[in-house]
Amino acid sequence: MSCLNKFHILEINHLSISFQQYKSGTRQRNLPVISNLNVSVHEGEIVAVVGASGSGKSLLAHAILGLLPSNAHQEGEFFFLEKILDEKRKKKVRGKEIAFVPQSVNYLDPLIKVGSQVRNGRKSKEAKDRQRELFQKYGLGNQTEVRYPFECSGGMIRKILLSAALMEYPRLLIADEPTPGMDLETAKKAMEDFRRFADRGNGVLLITHDIELALEVADRIAVFYAGTTVEEALVEDFSSEERLRHPYTKALWRAMPKHGFEVMEGHQPYAGQWPKGCVFGPRCPKFGPECETEIPERVVRCGTVRCIRCKEDISSNHHEKREAHRHVGG
Amino acid sequence: MNKKLKLRTVKWIGKNLIRMFLLLTAVSIVTFVLVNRSPLNPLQENVGQTLLGSMSAEQIEKLETYWGMKEPPVQRYLNWARDFLRGDMGVSLLYRQPVSHVIAVKLSNSFLLLLIAWLLSGIFGFFLGILAGIFRGTWIDRIIRGYSVLIASTPAFWLALLFLLVFAVWLKVLPIGFSVPIGVEATGVTVLERLRHAILPAVTLGITGISNITLHTREKMIDVLESDYVLFAKARGERMRTIVVRHGFRNILLPAMTLQFAAISEIIGGSVLVEQVFSYPGLGQAAVTAGMGSDVPLLMGITIVTAAIVFLGNSIANILYGFIDPRMREGERR
Repeated sequence: MSCLNKFHILEINHLSISFQQYKSGTRQRNLPVISNLNVSVHEGEIVAVVGASGSGKSLLAHAILGLLPSNAHQEGEFFFLEKILDEKRKKKVRGKEIAFVPQSVNYLDPLIKVGSQVRNGRKSKEAKDRQRELFQKYGLGNQTEVRYPFECSGGMIRKILLSAALMEYPRLLIADEPTPGMDLETAKKAMEDFRRFADRGNGVLLITHDIELALEVADRIAVFYAGTTVEEALVEDFSSEERLRHPYTKALWRAMPKHGFEVMEGHQPYAGQWPKGCVFGPRCPKFGPECETEIPERVVRCGTVRCIRCKEDISSNHHEKREAHRHVGG
Repeated sequence: MNKKLKLRTVKWIGKNLIRMFLLLTAVSIVTFVLVNRSPLNPLQENVGQTLLGSMSAEQIEKLETYWGMKEPPVQRYLNWARDFLRGDMGVSLLYRQPVSHVIAVKLSNSFLLLLIAWLLSGIFGFFLGILAGIFRGTWIDRIIRGYSVLIASTPAFWLALLFLLVFAVWLKVLPIGFSVPIGVEATGVTVLERLRHAILPAVTLGITGISNITLHTREKMIDVLESDYVLFAKARGERMRTIVVRHGFRNILLPAMTLQFAAISEIIGGSVLVEQVFSYPGLGQAAVTAGMGSDVPLLMGITIVTAAIVFLGNSIANILYGFIDPRMREGERR
């Protein structure tokens, strides 16, 4: 959701995911992990969903691919290439038009040679040619395809996983923490491949906890907090705190090393312990009784925010307002 | 084979021989101590109280010497060990035949039974486990799991009695016991007859072994299906059938094999009880007879032989691992 009038590769509206859980014996409870989440990816765009580790971001990837476990309950709408993406279509497009780029060597079968895994077991000349083409493109030597995963370095594994994802010429890549354990420079380099992929008119949904990396490579940032996206912002909005919309995003901004390294009080509420109304409420300096109601998502300057206080923030700044008009108009 | 690999193979074999030697030494000592601590008096057991009472002190002393009660235990053990190392397993006190001969006969009787039971539990356990793992949580899984838990908590001898009752007594389709028909000359016994006599004990043994392998295989299958690489396979559009064939079997084969070879010990252990119930003249029954009758040389011989079989089984699993698992095979090569 934004003012960019581009072709939507992926659009997710009001996604909620909850789990049936057994609590103390036989009593069941419904544990919500994602609630009313909106996010979209346009063509040519890398969108980063940024959130703390263990906050349920990965489930978003699983939901798009139709891979949620059977005890998960899901609501909301998915659109892929502006057509509805239901569970049936998910089965059809996954691994083909929508490809998943996982994070580690664990996602490769330890007992199958990597070449065969990238080809998904196919032995046709076409498949082999495509796989070799990809390996060559990413600088993987001829010997790589007959190796087992344990014989490959971390960097090779990343390239192999990416090759596997690109085998079938996808339009959308979903990358779940694709750069674990890499320093920013290496990670940025790794992300160049995603950039090139997006620049060809495709979309990338990057799920990460690393906001610095996200700011380096993404076009837009969706900030994930307590099961929902509290803000969607252009990367440029992160150039100054004033341009950000949500108090959590601002706090994230201030927590970055180059902006003062300021530690935020408290911690993100766990799934099942979300507060009433605004999920950020208990940690928000501007919290008031009116925040205890359902917080709607609003479009503010080419981005979205879930905060009823946001408007006051920007109306106090004329420059920002002008900027907003320009964006909405363009 | 290059020189380096040869050296490594020799080293490996040497290391395992030492291990086996240590294991067998420990097993023999423990067995010997246990027999010696046994409250059973060999004379009372084998001669009988009444007969013993009518014997002269001289006769009794002669018998006591025969059963080795005169010698100090440590001396007895050392004598036995010295002979054993020379390849002489001694003479069975009960059978009055060389122990090696007794074991050879009993083992050849048991072999068929053990083999059938082993294959039965291995094959059925493997497939039932995979099935339960794939259909986890459904009625298929519940039936297989229920069966396994039920069988696992059923004593083998009780199951043996039940089978005996149903198939031999009521239905009269299978023989009630022994390894050959009664009243037939040894040379006239056909293979089919032997097989018919082995069915009930083998099936009993096999069935009790299935549950263990099933439950373990099921766990492994679930682990594989919940692994990241299966998730990735699904994300790439692989169907459940391909996933099971391509990733499931491959990754489950190694643990299943270990399990299969480890199960040898359980099968041999189980055979002791089952052979007893079916009066099957195998190694298990001989072990019981030897234990109850304080036939130390025979008991020692049987324990050592079975321990060696179990050790060999595990070693075979180790070797096969090296052949099947690329992580070990390629790791050695590079």
